[in-house]
Amino acid sequence: MRDDGPCGEAGRVAGRSPGKGLGRRTFVAGLGALLSGVGRPLALMVLHAKLARAGVPEGYDPKQHRYAYGIDVDRCIGCGRCVEACKNENGVPKDSPYSRTWIERYEIREDGEVRVTSPEAGLHGFPPMEKDPAVTDAFFVPKMCNLCTHSACTQVCPVGATFDSPDGVILVDPNYCIGCAYCIQACPYGTRFMHPKTHTVDKCTLCYHRITRGLQPACVEVCPTQTRVFGDLKDPKSPILKFLRSHRLNVLKPHLGTKPQVSYANLRREVW
Amino acid sequence: MAFLIAAPIPLQAHLGHPLRAWEIMVTPNPKSAMAMFGFVYLWYLMAVLVLEMWFEYRADFVRLGRGPGLKGRFYRTLSLGVEEDSPDSILLDERISRVISVIGIPSAILLHGYVGFIFGSIKANPWWSSPIMPIIFIFSAMVSGIAAVMLIYWAVCRIKKVPVDIHCLDAIGTYLCYTFIIDFVLEALDFIHRIYEADESFDILSLLMQRRLFVSQFVVQFLIGTLVPILILLFLQLRKPQEALRRKLLLASATLTLVGIYAMRWNVVIGGQMYSKSFRGFTTWKLDLIGGEGILVAVLVACLPPPVPVAAAGSSSRPSTTPKRPRRKPWRPEGRGAFPHRSGRNAPSF
Repeated sequence: MRDDGPCGEAGRVAGRSPGKGLGRRTFVAGLGALLSGVGRPLALMVLHAKLARAGVPEGYDPKQHRYAYGIDVDRCIGCGRCVEACKNENGVPKDSPYSRTWIERYEIREDGEVRVTSPEAGLHGFPPMEKDPAVTDAFFVPKMCNLCTHSACTQVCPVGATFDSPDGVILVDPNYCIGCAYCIQACPYGTRFMHPKTHTVDKCTLCYHRITRGLQPACVEVCPTQTRVFGDLKDPKSPILKFLRSHRLNVLKPHLGTKPQVSYANLRREVW
Repeated sequence: MAFLIAAPIPLQAHLGHPLRAWEIMVTPNPKSAMAMFGFVYLWYLMAVLVLEMWFEYRADFVRLGRGPGLKGRFYRTLSLGVEEDSPDSILLDERISRVISVIGIPSAILLHGYVGFIFGSIKANPWWSSPIMPIIFIFSAMVSGIAAVMLIYWAVCRIKKVPVDIHCLDAIGTYLCYTFIIDFVLEALDFIHRIYEADESFDILSLLMQRRLFVSQFVVQFLIGTLVPILILLFLQLRKPQEALRRKLLLASATLTLVGIYAMRWNVVIGGQMYSKSFRGFTTWKLDLIGGEGILVAVLVACLPPPVPVAAAGSSSRPSTTPKRPRRKPWRPEGRGAFPHRSGRNAPSF
């Protein structure tokens, strides 16, 4: 049995009360339609304006793509070419301690102690390790924006200057960022920084101006060992699909529920 | 109100683009705790404090607005065209004020709790991420507010050259003592919880407390800024020494309390940014002398609010001496429980 409620049949049928101009239901429904009718296109317009400012070519539809990134820890030799290419490509000053991507060297001692270094973000590579028999393992780990599906940084931005593009890339609109640095605190991976010249927040964009033109990010392009793999999940021929299928993968800080789209192969437990 | 207006100035100075701050109000991100804080702040400032003060002083505005010259015009503008100052209208003002006060108390709790939420909701930072952070912030705001009320009362008495009422100081001291104990218990609970749970961030946080924050956390915040004032205040609840000594002890404990609360905020804000996000090491930070976040600007901002109430208290025209006004009970010291009823909810916080 259905309960028609106090309004009964009349309430369901009539959006317009007899003898009156605009009924309550019509008004609410109309307001909803107006808000979705105006709000949605407006939101899309704002998104497209933001993407255009990020250097997207005309005709690029972000909904046709879903980008992902893979890093094979065992392949990295710590040469630092990716860091250099990133700084060159994206105008991050080389004398600045900040970098959109960086390499960490882990030295594991037999007593379990871990030493992590990243001189100048690994820009000039790493000095040779001193011979120490107590060090049982050493490896390099490249780090960058983890392309979180549930990104804490976009959640906290007070003005919406940093946003999730529908293709999975997290971007910052430097013309709208107020420079409050709240997103820098909210990012669990420490991948954001205040750009010393623009005084707005800067981060890895996966070289958005390149990938939207069918190119690879600069770091992937120059990596001599194919440590870094990039691709479009919606493209069946993309190398990222092969990478994701052929490795045992892990992500950084999975307990935080950010669901990163940057997957690490052969990740050690010492890496957080 | 002077404190509340000065409060966002350091935030403004912190921004990379201060001129874009208005974006928070016109295009807020509804998911952002910081964006919503703008509205909570605005609500407390405009809907509570400004309205409350306007109703409190409306009759004065009307009276002073009848005067000649610029001063008269200034007060006529402040009275917003209302010229009624009959006893009935003043009674109505008082009733409306009371209603606003009732709304004001939960609003004040919301405001200070929300500051705690801005820190407590950052899951990336284990030093901040805590569900009781808002409650700790509320209580530390109450503690610092009560201590500041005591010091401001004493300072205003000195400036106006009226004797300090020791019963008033005693009463504020009682409030301070018990609120401070609750605040201390909450912070201790948070601290013990962290040690007992000892999650993946424990190693770096314990190193942080032992090395980087040892002086500001254990010495300044815990010993000098919490334990000593609580012990003094507890002693004064049990024994009543001579008035001069009592006054000195109370003022000293209020000063130490403010130092302790300042250290607590320092440890939360600065401490939370002192270690790397991979929990593998410490970051470096140097306090500038000049610049938006330098010492000079900090001193300037800290000096801004006091002249406002001091100027107001020193002004000869401000006290409502009109005998016909039944507006408010005059201040009568009544020993325990005697508390300036306006100071409680307007308590400045740091």
